[in-house]
Amino acid sequence: MSDTNLKRVIIEPVTRVEGHGKVSILLDEQNQVKQARLHIVEFRGFERFIQGRPYWEVPVLVQRLCGICPVSHHLAAAKAMDLIVGADQLTPTAEKIRRLMHYGQMFQSHALHFFHLCSPDLLFGFDADPAIRNVIGVAAKFPDLAVQGVMMRKYGQEIIKATAGKKIHGTGAIPGGVNKNLSIEERDALLKDIDQMVEWSRGAVKIAKDYTMDNIEDVKPFGSFDSSHLSLIREDGAMDLYHGNLRAIDKDGNKIFDQVDYQKYTDYLAEEVRDWSYMKFPFIKSIGPENGWYRVGPLSRVNTCDFIDTPEAEAERKEFMALTDDKPNNITLAYHWTRMIEVLHSIEKIKELLNDSDLQGTDLVVTGERREEAVGLIEAPRGTLFHHYKVNKNDQVEMANLIVSTTNNNEPMNRAVQKVAQDHLSGVEITEGLLNRIEVAIRAYDPCLSCATHALGKMPLSVSLYDHDGNVIDKKFKQ
Amino acid sequence: MAEQTITFTIDGVEVKGKAGQTIMQAADEAGVYIPRLCAFKDLTPHGSCRVCVVLVNGRPQASCTQPATEGMVVESETEEIQKHRRNIIDMLFVEGNHFCMFCEKSGNCELQAQAYRLGICAPKYPYQFPVRDLDASHPDIFIDHNRCILCGRCVQASRDLDGKTVFEFVNRGTEKKIAVNAEAKLADTDIDISDKACDVCPVGAIIKKHIGFATPVGRRLYDTEPIGSDIEKKN
Ligand code: SF4
Ligand code: NI
Repeated sequence: MSDTNLKRVIIEPVTRVEGHGKVSILLDEQNQVKQARLHIVEFRGFERFIQGRPYWEVPVLVQRLCGICPVSHHLAAAKAMDLIVGADQLTPTAEKIRRLMHYGQMFQSHALHFFHLCSPDLLFGFDADPAIRNVIGVAAKFPDLAVQGVMMRKYGQEIIKATAGKKIHGTGAIPGGVNKNLSIEERDALLKDIDQMVEWSRGAVKIAKDYTMDNIEDVKPFGSFDSSHLSLIREDGAMDLYHGNLRAIDKDGNKIFDQVDYQKYTDYLAEEVRDWSYMKFPFIKSIGPENGWYRVGPLSRVNTCDFIDTPEAEAERKEFMALTDDKPNNITLAYHWTRMIEVLHSIEKIKELLNDSDLQGTDLVVTGERREEAVGLIEAPRGTLFHHYKVNKNDQVEMANLIVSTTNNNEPMNRAVQKVAQDHLSGVEITEGLLNRIEVAIRAYDPCLSCATHALGKMPLSVSLYDHDGNVIDKKFKQ
Repeated sequence: MAEQTITFTIDGVEVKGKAGQTIMQAADEAGVYIPRLCAFKDLTPHGSCRVCVVLVNGRPQASCTQPATEGMVVESETEEIQKHRRNIIDMLFVEGNHFCMFCEKSGNCELQAQAYRLGICAPKYPYQFPVRDLDASHPDIFIDHNRCILCGRCVQASRDLDGKTVFEFVNRGTEKKIAVNAEAKLADTDIDISDKACDVCPVGAIIKKHIGFATPVGRRLYDTEPIGSDIEKKN
């Protein structure tokens, strides 16, 4: 059946997703949901903008891509440029400073997402009055939680400042290493609050876990679907947010590929262009564009790893996996729980690192034999982030290809929206309840629409409903 | 014969200088900083950027070229002069492509430092976004014309300090730009990384390759003290 026979509903403004989203829901002749699509306008101007720039500028320059996750871009680009300058192995100090920066970013990003953007949904329910279902409402009813969220975010930002020089648009990672170590004073300032942060992180895991378990019957089907999962993985199978090889598993946990050197990612992954979306759809080549899509991010990372190498997060992982009998968990709302497991893991890692005297080392940069092409991957808060560059013999960038986390989750977000629309659309009207649920489903993925679209600023969501003739029969906005 | 001392005032403060000194030289020695962009120690001043303009007995003069004379009354930090300086800096910002956020000269850049010293947060003129090229042909040195403010330091340094003529100005007006003597590319010249010409650029236009961002934020030249503080400390 051609699309012209279908009705279409569009949902705009997802209020608390940073960026801009437009949802269209297409009905069939019986007014059942035929298809739902999330449109994110991806602007590819950046890859052109970067052309000709010198390679050592790139880790700083790419932070312009996104005001929300600049540190992830900074580190992914730096990892690619390490290889360009022939630094195959960083010094222990450089590697650990970079990791500290990364865990700091993970901690602050996840804390912001959970406390600021998601906790209103979990604490008040999806149908609560939008006037209270927001961060101000949380602050009024749960003042301690609101304060924790702010303080955890601030702590992560202080780590970024100590390692990158600035809270935003720092310069810490340079090709082949870092430009500073962590002074004793900086270390002690961070150690002062570490136990409080660990404590609050445990509490955050508990909130997400209790929410899931208390509402398991509603949570399980909500926007959920089976999928493959992709992430970096350490050589021993441990979760590793900073470095590793690629592992992809199917919905049952069978390995599609494992320990793949990401320099060769194009042998395993490709990006499909669809005429209705500017944002590409990555897929696993061996499976093909139709079914080769996969999820990334906290849920996928907890699903793909064999274990977590910090004790408290590992205990939480086991409890989480027990829910699905150690098989991959494909529940969309489980992203929240796994995100908080990663918060706990990150803070455990931060504590470990702060107590490591390598951070005061002075051996910061290495170089080796120059290369012309390299790929840098990192597990950004929202999922696997790919930076791929070619640099010419004059040291200028000749080619850049980026696959951001949100692009990796493009198909899954579409599926989540479609599932919610199918389950919750009644009649030919976009109700407040449907609008809220679509927003909640998208938000579970924590999409960075800002960086997927390569544009700064906060943009809202719109939803439109189309009938089978392609006429808009309803349209609602969320600011 | 002992050097003749002259006495004059800058903004009402008495300054003693030596006969033959420019206003800027005497002011520098006396610990009074006059903002500047083209003037550079070791190079002959040529008064082209106009940032160092002061009022001498009520008339505007470039302090880097104007000789100091006995009894002259110099005004430098008046509201009007500061406004004039801000205007020049503003125009330089919008005339090129100065993206401090990812420029490796940030924190060490004299244009940026003057803007901070003069209290400029964002330029008030519209950005021109000119289309300019890069010359990355040389293995050690890189020219980014996007950031050139045409101060002429590199031209002078190459000629007067290095005994070469690597750089020159070509074209006029808005088309004016720095060129290399070889017509072609920087790689075809006899420039060397140890040349003085590589150390004088006030902005990020002439760059030594591979070392960008090696100095962390906080330890760069103007991170902790405004430009001119070294001179003012003599006071
Ligand atoms: S390249 Fe630098 S030193 Fe040369 S004229 Fe331009 S700004 Fe001045
Ligand atoms: Ni982003």
